[in-house]
Parts: sequence; structure tokens; C-alpha cells
Amino acid sequence: MKIYRIHALICAGAQCLAAGGNGFEDALKEELKKHDLTEEVNIVETGCMGSCQLGPLMVVYPEGVIYTKVKPDDAKEIVEEHFLKGRPVKRLLWKQEEKQFPTLNDVPFFAKQTKIVLRNCGIINPEDITEYIAQGGYEALAKAITEMTREDVIKVVKDSGLRGRGGAGFPTGLKWELAYKQNSDTKYIICNADEGDPGAYMDRSVLEGDPHSVLEGMAIAGYAVGAQKGYIYIRAEYPLAIKRLEIAIKQARASGLLGKNILGTNFSFDIELRMGAGAFVCGEETALINSIEGKRGEPRKKPPFPVEKGVFGKPTVINNVETLANIPVIIEKGASFFRKFGTEKSPGTKVFALAGKVNITGLVEVPLGTSLRTIVFDIGGGIPEGHTFKAAQTGGPSGGVIPAEHLDVPMDYENLPQLGTIMGSGGLIIMDETSCMVDVAKFFLKFTVDESCGKCTPCREGTRQMLNILEKITTGNGTMEDLDRLERLGNIIKLTSLCGLGQTAPNPVLSTLRYFRDEYIAHIKDKRCPSNVCSMKGEKNERKVLNRRLA
Amino acid sequence: MKGKSLIDVLHEIQEANPENYVPEDLALRVSETFKTSPSKVYGVLTFYTMFSAKPRGKHIVRVCRSLSCHLAEGEKIVRKLKEELGIDFGETTEDKEFTLEESSCLGMCSVAPSMMIDDVPFGNLKEEDIPLIIKKVREGAL
Amino acid sequence: MDKIKSIEELRKLREQAQAFLKTRQGEAKVKVYISMGTVGIAAGARDVLLAILDELQKRNFTDVQIIERGSMGLDVEEPVVAVERDGIRVYYGHVTPEMAREIVASHVINGQIVSDWVIAKE
Repeated sequence: MKIYRIHALICAGAQCLAAGGNGFEDALKEELKKHDLTEEVNIVETGCMGSCQLGPLMVVYPEGVIYTKVKPDDAKEIVEEHFLKGRPVKRLLWKQEEKQFPTLNDVPFFAKQTKIVLRNCGIINPEDITEYIAQGGYEALAKAITEMTREDVIKVVKDSGLRGRGGAGFPTGLKWELAYKQNSDTKYIICNADEGDPGAYMDRSVLEGDPHSVLEGMAIAGYAVGAQKGYIYIRAEYPLAIKRLEIAIKQARASGLLGKNILGTNFSFDIELRMGAGAFVCGEETALINSIEGKRGEPRKKPPFPVEKGVFGKPTVINNVETLANIPVIIEKGASFFRKFGTEKSPGTKVFALAGKVNITGLVEVPLGTSLRTIVFDIGGGIPEGHTFKAAQTGGPSGGVIPAEHLDVPMDYENLPQLGTIMGSGGLIIMDETSCMVDVAKFFLKFTVDESCGKCTPCREGTRQMLNILEKITTGNGTMEDLDRLERLGNIIKLTSLCGLGQTAPNPVLSTLRYFRDEYIAHIKDKRCPSNVCSMKGEKNERKVLNRRLA
Repeated sequence: MKGKSLIDVLHEIQEANPENYVPEDLALRVSETFKTSPSKVYGVLTFYTMFSAKPRGKHIVRVCRSLSCHLAEGEKIVRKLKEELGIDFGETTEDKEFTLEESSCLGMCSVAPSMMIDDVPFGNLKEEDIPLIIKKVREGAL
Repeated sequence: MDKIKSIEELRKLREQAQAFLKTRQGEAKVKVYISMGTVGIAAGARDVLLAILDELQKRNFTDVQIIERGSMGLDVEEPVVAVERDGIRVYYGHVTPEMAREIVASHVINGQIVSDWVIAKE
């Protein structure tokens, strides 16, 4: 293998590309050629490094120097100063509160995270299976199929306490055991990569940055429950993740890590990709099954549950991307290692997609039970100057808000429901005083109305009526009775909808009503939007214009 | 067709079509291949927002309407796009170059507001970027 | 790509590949520092660096990191190369490409300090 003295890792996650990463990489290659350094410097395109907002990012080893917001024009200086003379370009280093952080390990955003799921993201080339193997990849699969019985594997996963990271938090080991007990020659493993929650993109980052970890997790699941076939259901909005998965599956097959008689054992397992086509409801597992079968993605009623009768009528385990990425670590290092992180009932870590009004946005992996305050202020660097934290939204359109008085809440599967929200898949949108809570509720409800499949009445009609009421309130035509109506309607929809989409759709409204009722009342009684977001009629508009003039 | 679902096949047909849609004659042929009724195929075709049964532009502009983009004043980008292209959501420019669509979330919240043109992501958008990007796409320099 | 037929083959491939990734992990058996300040470059540090890389490649030794430094404060001794192995850092002065190859062969790979050329230890 070739020896390079410098490894320059350029983030090729979708967000860094969106911020112009491609142009920088081309410029850098050009400069390297000019200075005859191509034999000494290895350029590696990695998956997401996490701090997407400061992208495009580049990390240069051996020192671990991290460069932020690199532009094509910066390439010359980086090559001439750093690569030739060993002097990192200071102006491009990570800056926070007037301080510069020379290497990755110095930056609080990275130093305070615990990486299990994202262990390889941003470190390896996701299009090269050898780099995954170098990091210990496929060791867990090898261990499982050569040294462990199927029952052993299920026991370790059960003992680890891993819970489904897609949102509901169902114990993964238990799900596997239920499928294992089904008497059927054909069973399926499905990876749910239909990450549709607005504000959530951790699954895409795992698939783009470390696709093999998901393939390995699926193969282990297949061995445990007795399945020979797996499907990855991925949304079509993620072309880069699809491309990297296709490459990964091809390489794994060529290496004999997928396919017939893996590693010379009698275990065979293969994986196929299935693309979505832009329907949020397909993230719901029974709708997803319909979609994989090529039908309209409408949910089915449960029971029967997918572990009994899933895709093509066969027992099916559906796990989310992040859940599966945890599996190789649990098998290789054991349940007790995994339990070192997180809490008693919510062991392990969770990846959050930190977004909105916070200084550093991006992917953050922390032990479950970490307080919201730590995530927003210690890791995310707090709220932009001059603004104050108002609320955090978790769980996307199925979740709710956490107001400032609960900043110390431990983020786990027990504490969030008590505040009227859910963990969800990990979207974490931070809002400051300029965000109107009624507007936020309306935003999510509009989303649900658009995405409701229309199969059951409470979800199809109920959410529409709730949206109508919110429209009334945000245009200054609401009445106090509307608030009761919202709550009554919301509770009925929750109780009577067919699937998870409808059962959780009222949450953003109910949650904002619980913590920010006064804002609703201001819209109704004073006909004004306290955050100046909703365009109300009448005197309010004049006030808004006046406010702007004064500002 | 072995190992492919109806949705996969519709994706392929749409991708191969210069006008980015699934024409009726092909949809009918698909229904025969899959031994299902035309109405089932039509049902699938219209259920998923990324499929179209009507001709669309050469490039699909998908602008993100998620909360992060909303908080980052994504509406301004939407307005600018509509103005620059002279069309509303679901419409196609006269020269058949662009169709404007909205996406519930493109998952690029850290670089909000964002959009995708075909498979290429754009983030940290400012209003003044829009005409430049559109011009580039028109010139084929994407 | 060849099929991996057993767990032993997987582990062998892993070991080979791991060495390649050493540079990214901060953990290598040997670290080689080269002074690449203006004076160092003027004195020929670039050729020394290339010789080191070439020699490592020839001998297929990957458990090493090569780190560029600004001037190490020993300008009169440039080009300066420091080798850190087994917790001791040894500085060599007036290094030529030929000397660099010798340093790689005996010190970097085999742990034998080339004492004639040593200018400092720490």
C-alpha cells in the first residue's frame, strides 16, 4: 500500500457539497499537481463530519488540523503554507468566541461528543470497503456467524437495551426475538431509510459517511432472525446516499461479505435497495411495506404486526438506519460496553440533527440522557448573540416543543414524553424569541395535511380542520373557543387515527398550547403576533410597519 | 423486470424520459407487465409526489420547505425562484427547461435555506444567488 | 476484489489496511519531524523529505507519521530531521537525502540511532 505523508479528508456530505465543496476539491487537486505533491498527499472524500454549517470542511492528518468554510481560492495557500512548509493556515481554522482551535480534538463541538454511530463518519472513505475493514468493519459479522449462535446474538442485543432509533424506541432485541420465533422459511430484514421528518438528516449522514456499518448491521440481524434477504427502503431525495449504498453493496458482494456462504459459513444474506418516491407516510412501517411491494404507500392496520406478517406476507424486521449502525459495535464490544453510555432505560447514544437558531448547527452524537442545555450551549455554542433561547422542537411533525424552563431535561425515551414531546428520529430545531409558536404549530400541521395519505378520516379531515382554525388565529380572526376546539379535535385524532402519522399529528399544536398558550391568546385577544411573524390584519399591520421603522 | 417493484420501474421510465414524466402508453404497458389494472398503476403514479403523469421541464427544481428553511427565511428564496422562473409550484417554464416543485425536507438544515436541482444540492442560499444558479443550469454548467 | 473466505482472511486484510490508516489516528510507532521553515527549505529539506518517503515506501514501512514543522530553532543545523521512537526524540542535523535514507533504515525501522549525526536528544 502506498505511503502518503498527508491525508487530506474533505467532507463530501450533501451539505458540504451544497455549500460548494466540489469546487474546493478541484482547486486543491490542481494546486497539488502544480507543486508536484500528488504522490505525497492523499485526498479522501469522506462522509459528513458533523459541523455542516461551517462547511465545506477539511481535516488534515497527521496533525488533525481542521479547516472550515474552505473556498477554491484558499487551496493555493493551504498547499504552499501547510502542505509544503508545515504551517497551518490560521485564518481558516475553527473560530469560536474569538478563540482559534488548531485541531479537531480541541474544538468543543467535537470534543464533547461520544461517537458510536458516527464512529467512522468523516474518518474513512465511504466508497472504499478496505477502509471500513481497517476500522474493524465486518469483524462483528464474522464473530456473529462463526462464534455465536443465533440465540447468543439476540441475547446480546437484548442485554444491550438498544431501542429503535426511528422514534418509537421499541427494544430492538425483543423485535428480533419475535421475528426469530416465527415459523417461516422466508423472512426479511428491512432498513428504514425513509428519513422524512423535517429537520432530521442523521440517517442520510450515516448512509453517506459509513454505509457498510448499516449493511453489516442488517446481515447480523438476518443471521439472528433467520432471514436471507434484506431491503433498504430509501427516499429518492437522497441521491448521494443511494449512490454510496450501491457502491457499498457491490463491494461487499465482491468481497464475499454479502451473498452466498458468507466467510465460508453456511449463512447467506443479500441486500437490495428500494427507492421511495416522495411520500412521508412511507416512513410508517406498514406503509413502507406496501411501498416496497410497489403499491401506494398507505398504512395497514396492526395487528398483524410486521414481525408476523410483513413484506410479501412474511415475517419482517424493520429497523432504522441508526439502530442498525449500532449493532456491529454491540456485537463486537458486548452489551456491557454499550451500557456504559446513556441511562438505565435508554442505553447508548443518540445522534441529533441540531438546526435552527443556534451558533453551530450540525450532527451531534451524545449519550442518551444528556441535557438539552449541554447540547445547545456546550456543544452548539449557544444562541446567536443578541437573542435568547425560546424553545427546542423535537420529533418533527410528530413531536412537540421544550421551553426554556425545561432546558435541563435529560434527552431520553422516558423524560421527553413527560414534557409532551417525543425523541423522534433526532431532529432538534432551536428557536429564539423571533419564532412564533403558533406559526411553528401551523407549519407542522400544514405538513401533515399535505402528507396525510387520506386513508382514514380522523387524519385526513381532522388535521385539515385544525389547520383551518390555526389559519383563523394567525390572521387575527380566532376566538377563545377555538383553543378548546383545537384541543378536543387533537385528542380525538390522536385516539382514532389508523397509523402513527395521524396519531401524533396533533402533538405540535397540543404541545405549543401547553407551554405557549399566552401566544395563542395574544393572537386572538390582542390580534397581534408577539414575535412579529404572522401577518395579522388591521391595526397590527400598522404596528408592524411602525416597529420596522423604529428598528 | 425480475426483482424490481412497480415503483422502481416507474422511476426508470421517468428518468429516461426527457420530459421527466411517465407517459400514458408506457404506464399501460407497465400494467400489463405487472399483470395489474391500469387504475392500480395510476394510483401509484399519483400517490407519490416525485412521479408525474404530465410532461415536466428538463430540470426539476426542488425547494425545501422544512421548518429550518422556514426559520432561515426560505420564503424569500421561494419568491425569488418563482419570480426568476416566472412560474408557480407544479408549473413548467415555457422553454420546457424547468419545473418548480416543493419538498417537505431535503435534510440540509445546517445550510438552510436549501434546494436541489436534479441531483445537485444547493445550500446557504441568498436571493441574489438564484439568477446565477439558474443561468448556470441553462448553460449546462451544473 | 477477491472474496474473503474466512475470518482469518478478514483479519489479515484488516491488519494490512490498518497500517494505511495510521496517519489518521495520531497513533504510530514512529514519528518523523522535518523542519520546513524558510531556512530548512533553502537548505534542501524538500529533497530530504522526498528521500524519506521513498525509502519508507521501498521498505514498505507504514507505522509512521511524517510531520512538517516550522523552524525548530536549530537554523545552523538545517535541514533538521527529528525521529521520535520509544519515547525519545532524536534530532539529526545537516541531513542530506542519502543520510535520510540511512536514518530511515536504521533508526525509524529498526530503532538503531545513528549516533554520528545526532545533534540533540530529548
